[in-house]
Amino acid sequence: MKLVLKQPSILPGFGLTLGFSLTYLSLVVLIPLAGLFARTATLSWERFWHTVTDARLLAAYRLSFGASLAAACLNLFFGLIVAWVLVRYRFPGRRLLDALIDLPFALPTAVAGIALTALYTDTGWVGRWLALLNIKVAFAPLGVVVALTFIGLPFVVRTLQPVLEDLDPEIEEAAASLGAWRRHTLRRVVLPELWPVMLTGFALAFARALGEYGSIVFISGNMPMKTEIVPLLMVMKLEQYEYAEATAIAVAMLLISFTLLLIINLLQWWSGQRHAAVR
Amino acid sequence: MAQRTLRRKIERFLWRKPRAITEPLVVRWTAIAITFTFIGLFLVLPLAAIFTQALASGLTAYFRSLWDTDTLSAIRLTLITAAVAVPVNLVFGVAASWAIAKFEFLGKSVLTTLIDLPFAVSPVISGTIYVLFFGLHGYLGPWLKAHNIEIVFAVPGIVLATVFVTFPFVARELIPLMQAQGTEEEEAALTLGAGGWQTFARVTLPNIKWGLIYGVILCNARAMGEFGAVSVISGHIRGLTNTMPLHVEILYNEYNFVGAFAVASLLTVVAMITLVLKSFAEWKFKEESVQAAEEVEGLPQ
Repeated sequence: MKLVLKQPSILPGFGLTLGFSLTYLSLVVLIPLAGLFARTATLSWERFWHTVTDARLLAAYRLSFGASLAAACLNLFFGLIVAWVLVRYRFPGRRLLDALIDLPFALPTAVAGIALTALYTDTGWVGRWLALLNIKVAFAPLGVVVALTFIGLPFVVRTLQPVLEDLDPEIEEAAASLGAWRRHTLRRVVLPELWPVMLTGFALAFARALGEYGSIVFISGNMPMKTEIVPLLMVMKLEQYEYAEATAIAVAMLLISFTLLLIINLLQWWSGQRHAAVR
Repeated sequence: MAQRTLRRKIERFLWRKPRAITEPLVVRWTAIAITFTFIGLFLVLPLAAIFTQALASGLTAYFRSLWDTDTLSAIRLTLITAAVAVPVNLVFGVAASWAIAKFEFLGKSVLTTLIDLPFAVSPVISGTIYVLFFGLHGYLGPWLKAHNIEIVFAVPGIVLATVFVTFPFVARELIPLMQAQGTEEEEAALTLGAGGWQTFARVTLPNIKWGLIYGVILCNARAMGEFGAVSVISGHIRGLTNTMPLHVEILYNEYNFVGAFAVASLLTVVAMITLVLKSFAEWKFKEESVQAAEEVEGLPQ
């Protein structure tokens, strides 16, 4: 069999557009990223391992993963409700809410950071009431969770919305006409359809949260061993001109998040397979 | 046993009818209430806080803190950055989606994945890779220094980092759109004797107009608001390499809260305009695709 590099077409511009795209992609993204890995390779294995398992960094991993996971779970739960309400119900203010969902995409993270900090300090609108209950949000790990929930909010909602819109109402009607209670229909008919998409939204929110920097540096207070996140420690190494250590942390971060995304993709593929087999 | 019947009674009350195709009223309103509370707490309150804090010392203080030389130069730098990053990524987005959507070639899915790569990378890492390349201790650092070219801790570095983080925006909007539209219209135009550029301008461009605008709006919002990547590479030199988000940080750390929130309020206005334009582009796009579908249905078979 002959290897076909490109299917014939009468449209012009293939060489020009592909050539330009590849050159630009290489110059802006691929070569600089490769430089990161090349730089880490100059470290000895012991030094790399020592850098990425430093006690302060381990505490930061715990906070970064814990807070990202908590925020992604919150977003999954509330995102499902919000997406359902926006697609299925009609009520005044629906379009405004729908447009607002994208705010975390449009609002600069630094602005979100100082706004959330202002809300959740002991004198802020929300923090004042939480202080009465002895709950500290700003300058505490909980603040990181709040900021990451804000950042990840659109991912679950926007991934679920189109799928909910495309969901065939006839299937639900069929379940109802066979005598199923609505809650059974939701649990047995609707939810299984949504699982893979919910996982995708969850993964996107989680991955975004792991790398987030701008909003967190304001609300966390950056206390060593307590409220430092991984990207912050990387920036600190960079500011001390410890480039090799900084790249070691960067590579560790990249490897961890790529692995996680791979696992979640596999889960999704597996759930899709199982689902297809049932059908 | 008694507990069980009570639970069943409550369930009966809530989900009164079997064979219903929507949720009971109580459940519906609870869900709507949760939605309003969640969005109010996480999205509306922060917005309100920004403007309240910015105007905390009155309108005069607000405008005085904006009319500051460092603030003005931060605004100028942000505008310059967006004015470079958005057009470059627009040209790339159109070129890449033309190649990917209109042709079949080996390695296409790999290319599509690579275009999304900057989204998977933490913003601080995006800035770092350029520091490693162009910084004083970087690969090209000594050469650049010998030739007196400044990239890191200067405007070119800020622009580069912004180009990186906004890289996929236009392309990822256009690729699925152009793939869905296929190649028949362009082929017809070419057969009727139109040139390549003419076909693109007269046939392709009108079809992808709203998707293109949508991508540009999102790209611009990110370009103006990027913090992490730019923060790593800028060096934070007041009046020279400070973009608006970085200036917000400096003012905030100096406890100049009115100033910080005043600059933040400008960025917030940009974000809100972005949301309005985005909703408009979506609405227009839907309307035109419905129209197009009706026209196709109306044609004699």
